Amino acid sequence: MTDLSRIRNFSIVAHIDHGKSTLADRLIQSTSTVADRDMKAQLLDSMDIERERGITIKANTVRIDYTANDGNAYVLNLIDTPGHVDFAYEVSRSMRAVEGSLLVVDASQGVEAQTLANVYQAIDADHEIVPVLNKIDLPAAEPDRVKEQIEDVIGIDASDAVMISAKTGIGIPDVLEAIVTRLPAPTGDATAPLKAMLVDSWYDAYLGVVVLVRVIDGTLKKGERIRFMSNNTVHHVDRIGVFRPGMQPVDILGPGEIGFLTASIKEVRDTSVGDTITTEKKGTEAMLPGFAPSIPVVFCGLFPVDSAEFEDLRDAIDKLRLNDASFSSEMETSAALGFGFRCGFLGLLHLEVIRDRLEREYDIELITTAPSVIYNVYMTDGSMIELHNPADMPDAVQVDRIEEPRIKATILVPDEYLGDVLKLCQDRRGVQLDLTYAGSRAMVVYDLPLNEVVFDFYDRLKSVTKGYASFDYQMIGYQEDQLVKMQVLVNDEPVDALSMMVHRTRADARGRVLCEKLKELIPQHMFKIPIQAAIGGRIIARETISALRKDVTAKCYGGDATRKRKLLDKQKAGKKKMRQFGRVEIPQEAFINALKMDS
Amino acid sequence: MSKVLSPDWRNGGFGVYVHWPFCQSKCPYCDFNSHVRREVDHAAWRDALCREIDHAAALSGPRRVDTVFFGGGTPSLMHPDTIAAIMQRIATVWSLSPDAEVTLEANPTSVEAGKFQGFRDAGINRVSMGIQALNDPDLKRLGRMHTAREAMDAFDVARRTFDRVSFDLIYARQGQDRDAWKSELNQAINLGLDHLSLYQLTIESTTRFGELHARGALRGLPSDAHASDMYFDTQEIMDAAGLSAYEISNHARAGAESQHNLIYWRYGDYAGIGPGAHGRITDGKGNRLATETLRMPEEWLNSAKTTGHGYLPTEELTSHDQAVECILMGLRLSEGINLERVRRLDANFLNEDALVSLTDGGQVSVDADQLKITPRGRPITNAILRELIA
Ligand SMILES: Nc1nc2c(ncn2[C@@H]2O[C@H](COP(=O)(O)OP(=O)(O)OP(=O)(O)O)[C@@H](O)[C@H]2O)c(=O)[nH]1
Ligand SMILES: C[S@@+](CC[C@H](N)C(=O)[O-])C[C@H]1O[C@@H](n2cnc3c(N)ncnc32)[C@H](O)[C@@H]1O
Ligand code: SF4
Ligand SMILES: [Mg+2]
Repeated sequence: MTDLSRIRNFSIVAHIDHGKSTLADRLIQSTSTVADRDMKAQLLDSMDIERERGITIKANTVRIDYTANDGNAYVLNLIDTPGHVDFAYEVSRSMRAVEGSLLVVDASQGVEAQTLANVYQAIDADHEIVPVLNKIDLPAAEPDRVKEQIEDVIGIDASDAVMISAKTGIGIPDVLEAIVTRLPAPTGDATAPLKAMLVDSWYDAYLGVVVLVRVIDGTLKKGERIRFMSNNTVHHVDRIGVFRPGMQPVDILGPGEIGFLTASIKEVRDTSVGDTITTEKKGTEAMLPGFAPSIPVVFCGLFPVDSAEFEDLRDAIDKLRLNDASFSSEMETSAALGFGFRCGFLGLLHLEVIRDRLEREYDIELITTAPSVIYNVYMTDGSMIELHNPADMPDAVQVDRIEEPRIKATILVPDEYLGDVLKLCQDRRGVQLDLTYAGSRAMVVYDLPLNEVVFDFYDRLKSVTKGYASFDYQMIGYQEDQLVKMQVLVNDEPVDALSMMVHRTRADARGRVLCEKLKELIPQHMFKIPIQAAIGGRIIARETISALRKDVTAKCYGGDATRKRKLLDKQKAGKKKMRQFGRVEIPQEAFINALKMDS
Repeated sequence: MSKVLSPDWRNGGFGVYVHWPFCQSKCPYCDFNSHVRREVDHAAWRDALCREIDHAAALSGPRRVDTVFFGGGTPSLMHPDTIAAIMQRIATVWSLSPDAEVTLEANPTSVEAGKFQGFRDAGINRVSMGIQALNDPDLKRLGRMHTAREAMDAFDVARRTFDRVSFDLIYARQGQDRDAWKSELNQAINLGLDHLSLYQLTIESTTRFGELHARGALRGLPSDAHASDMYFDTQEIMDAAGLSAYEISNHARAGAESQHNLIYWRYGDYAGIGPGAHGRITDGKGNRLATETLRMPEEWLNSAKTTGHGYLPTEELTSHDQAVECILMGLRLSEGINLERVRRLDANFLNEDALVSLTDGGQVSVDADQLKITPRGRPITNAILRELIA
């Protein structure tokens, strides 16, 4: 157990790629927590997908020992957090476990959208904030300008921001000193009944469920029986320990300390993040306020390419959910695609990550349908349906009104691209809420329908601003609008997997683009194929794929029958990747590519 | 389990294909196994080809040879005595049918025309000439070494020398419109031959044309729709002239069909001799073997010199593979393919649903167990095959 005054707990927060994980590396290394020979870049990003994409997805905790200039030995618990907006939930709950934040800002880029979002969260969590200007080794770094920006835009004092290069190690001793001298020590009472926060939990193949805890009051000991207060379940503590960053057993965790416990818990679902942990007997009465749950906002269908793999997909999804409680899934059947699952995600990156893992770790090829949001459909009989899948839209005569989720989007963009960004937001039915300047960068705030954003807004934003814009959003609630279900008919039959909800005023344009896209994506058949977009019974757009006229290699290859047979085998393999729909074969990519818009 | 000798090959007969891999120059559209070499050791090639015939005979056992085909490359560049030696060897290791068809592919230049008598003396009784086009600008664009005049002269010599002469034309060429092709075709018909091969230009990715095409630099190619029109024009004209298609691209008066090519399409047995040659040989145990030889001329020659042949390891075809190949080859023929024969090889590989919908769609027909692609379906033969073979 460590003396409270010698503990500092903090999260490292920043906009994506501003160098949080690299800073964590330097802190770990300069305190010899990990031997030099075991170091590698972004050490804490241990998942394959994190290393491949070079981003942090899961927050990570490390305990380091540091002897400060005042001669005292301190215990520092750092939490490296993800920067991407989809994983904002990881950041907010991490912040609840600590007393301060290092706010990292890339000195060559300045304040970005997630910088702001993170600061607001840190202020909400009553954190002491230490601004850290990173990447000062870069020739493009402008620390003074960025300091000014921090003061202007964020409104916090940046005069004593720590100047560092996480890459080269410049300024790291200053960061360590700032942590000790500027961040507060935790408070707590070791003699009080145990009160600990369940910060996070995940599944480990060897240990079962591992629970990340922050002790507030009292002590947590190995061998004790503990109670999860939300569901009143009792567990026997098998193991407690700390992350360095490997798991290191300890006998006791006292107030202010962060560590883990295992207690023969089988499923992540048996734990609820934000819960209060206490002892079975003589426990605390007072529960912590808990965390607001993370809610999936983007939904899409996942179907196995090979329909025989449905059961495998079910298993794989179950296993992944053991690890990641933030995505939801329920079975779905589609006339076009057969059996699959409708899954909910925190955002598009989260969707991609899960899909990638299913395909790679479980070797299942997937068809992904267009992402959708949850609509609240109010029926004429007064009831309300949460619509996750446009294919399930009730008949229009029974519908009174439809509400859609809206977001508040904050976009920071260099002045020269502002016009394009405003146009993009306008095209996506946005309502401008604010437009201010921070130096030469504009900060625009828009109220936008989430359904206009989920699909390709971020890609479009990146392309119109050449990557210079940053984007953050939060849900702000539901609003009624003129929404209709658009159906697509291929060869006169509706294809449910291509249905979508659109705004009435945009239906014609969407329908036209969609039909054109499908015309490119569906190969010619032996007959001509009409492609139509319809609202109710009304056709709003139409294209025709002409019948195949010529497909023959008339040349004489003599006796080389092998070549022909191999070619056919290849074509057969290609055919497997198609979905038969009536008499028409639709390539699997078509289901998602058809929806990509060029504007 | 012991196998009985499969008699399936007897539906097609037995032929020998001999590949000569050398050409005067490489045509920009050609992806055949053809190579330009300054010098060729004819004596070495003669010996090597003969030795490989011995090897093939050891696989096949005794056979009566119905046809021999010298293809290429440009086999008219061979020495007539090489041809004579090969014919001699074939007759020795197998037996040669008295009315065997012996074809040589010939390029229509004056050099080759001068050798025609020698080829005839060596045993050739049919030539197939690569004339390709009947006007000089197009011949030039196709990278051919001959002029139209030269081709006609060579053709005259051929006609005087051989009983059976056919030639090849390539159409749907760059910048060729329907009328130009129709009149060119009529000009060919007026020469009064009884066999013509009419190929639509195929752009192969590994050729010069393929590379130009990929860069968008090959202009004037007809669209698929246009090419399909030209195909139907061709059928109409050839039907009227009594030279209906007996195969997608091959036209003949009844009885004048290339017997050798019919062996391929009827999925008989054939021995492949020379670099890159393919064969289908039913061995003494009843296995249908797919044979293939080393493709590069020098590698093949070395191997033949040292081991007596250039054969790669042979592959035993499963009955499923055989059924697939039988259909792939057979549906090119107007006569189609006997379904009972195919089902004997593999009872359930045909997509019966597709068969029904293709019959309904008029792309194929089934009559007394004979499955055919209809004239309408011909231009999309590949798509039909893809549907049929589940
Ligand atoms: N030149 C320079 N590059 C740096 C510095 N710090 C980090 N980087 C680079 O910036 C990139 C992003 O660094 P990370 O540490 O992964 O950033 P992050 O903030 O953890 O990113 P996310 O977790 O995805 O939000 C990497 O390529 C680092 O090598 C620095 O001080 N100088
Ligand atoms: C084995 S090839 C070559 C025969 C001979 N060397 C010649 O060029 O005349 C037989 C025929 O295939 C045809 N051919 C070759 N390549 C072709 C292509 N890319 N497209 C269409 N026909 C082709 C030509 O008509 C050629 O005569
Ligand atoms: S088309 Fe004939 S002559 Fe031209 S390269 Fe090919 S095989 Fe040789
Ligand atoms: Mg990171």
